[in-house]
Amino acid sequence: MNSALPDLAAVWLTLKLATVVTILLLIVGTPIAWWLARTRSPLRGVVGAVVALPIILPPTVVGFYLLIAMGPHGPLGRLTESLGLGLLPFTFSGLVIASLFYSLPFVVQPIQNAFEAIGERPLEVAATLRAGPWDVFWSVAVPLARPGFVSGAILGFAHTVGEFGIVLMIGGNIPERTRVVSVQLYDHVEAMEYAQAHWLAGGMMLFSFLVLTMLYAFNPRPRKTG
Amino acid sequence: MALLLAEVDNGRVSRRFPETARNRIGRPKAGGIASRLAGITRQGNLQIVSVKPFSTALLTVVIATSAAADEVRLAVAANFNAPMHRIAAQFEKDSGHKLLISFGSTGKLYGQIANGAPFEALLAADSDTPARLEREGYGVLGTRFTYAIGKLVLWSANPALVDDRGDILKTRSIGHLAIANPKTAPYGAAAITAMSRLGVIGKLRPILVQGESIAQTHQFVASGAAELGFVALSQVQTEGGIGAGSAWLVPDNLYEAIRQDAILLTKGRDKPATTALLAYLRSSKAQLVIRAYGYELP
Repeated sequence: MNSALPDLAAVWLTLKLATVVTILLLIVGTPIAWWLARTRSPLRGVVGAVVALPIILPPTVVGFYLLIAMGPHGPLGRLTESLGLGLLPFTFSGLVIASLFYSLPFVVQPIQNAFEAIGERPLEVAATLRAGPWDVFWSVAVPLARPGFVSGAILGFAHTVGEFGIVLMIGGNIPERTRVVSVQLYDHVEAMEYAQAHWLAGGMMLFSFLVLTMLYAFNPRPRKTG
Repeated sequence: MALLLAEVDNGRVSRRFPETARNRIGRPKAGGIASRLAGITRQGNLQIVSVKPFSTALLTVVIATSAAADEVRLAVAANFNAPMHRIAAQFEKDSGHKLLISFGSTGKLYGQIANGAPFEALLAADSDTPARLEREGYGVLGTRFTYAIGKLVLWSANPALVDDRGDILKTRSIGHLAIANPKTAPYGAAAITAMSRLGVIGKLRPILVQGESIAQTHQFVASGAAELGFVALSQVQTEGGIGAGSAWLVPDNLYEAIRQDAILLTKGRDKPATTALLAYLRSSKAQLVIRAYGYELP
């Protein structure tokens, strides 16, 4: 039982991290997705590429640069220190910021696709009925894009739970602060504690399976519009 | 990594692959393209360096030149990275054999060996893992030996921070102190012992951060993200002194000696090239390099 306690702490920390990150990503990601879906700006390609970058880059690369950027000599580190926030590496806040960047495409892209699938027509119809842009967004676009939000939230959450490389690089493996499940699992394997590793790995498999089942079972098919 | 490639590039390919060539011709194999050259991948901190033959056509020409050269697949603990590159270059030049080296933490390498990795010898960061491999039948009985004794240093990238007596651990408040994971890395365990014997472990525990290996611990300190860290002397010593920053060589009586043992694995049992490499590690030429990087010898 004693040996299971650090595992439980890691599970709790992971769920906390994933929840915070998912909520923040929905707040940050929705305007980005809306802009990407609607804009005709020439910057669309560049911004889309920046958002998608973490899908391609190896996590260790992202983690390494984040470590340098957040360190005392990096631009982010200087900024946080001058604001009196201290340095971000080895802190929970640091993990949150790193995860925001790394899980961004998994939230933005489904929402962006859902916004694009709505098309111009429902929005124009709403406008002719004298709905203002804010009203159109909340009363028409968001409800119609609901499946995209559900997918984005679940993917963002799941991807944060499964994150490893970045956390390893900037987390410092501190119990109850930065030691998430994936790192704890890695520790067990490294320490040749294969039995505990199996429990944790099996638990994660089951969790991922349940999450994805929920995603596919409860997410309604996009309604036909237009 | 670079040096392996360079040697292939400057025309020494001819000495490298005859054994493989003979195998290929001995058991005829379909498929003309005998492979790509040099696939280098990076997975976490594990580097796989592999150099494979160009084509069967080239290899037939190659066989005549030297029949004794062979490939040795080697697993090496991360802290021995720098000296191993030097030793590998010398060994390849002297023997004509080719080394394929995978660097990683000892725990990970153990897991890979126990699950069928094709390594023929292991240079571990401790003495327990080779002993365990021998007990479990993955290592060849009676082939273990200590190839280096690791030294622990307290190191900072800041040239003014660490004094030559390690007093900073007692006197100043520090932001973060990096150590390697004591559960898996011998240098991490040694750091914990040293702090306990100095009586500062209680004070320092809240500011400890752990690297998954000694290599990552070094990275934490080098980037400045952690002000201080316990790393291997081999990582910060260049010829004759500390390369950058400031360091305190932790006295021997503060931790158990970090004996790094090597062992011949069963996959390398009947390979003269592998035996030759292990013997080479004990040659004065290799030992000169090992010492230069801050290790002691048994």
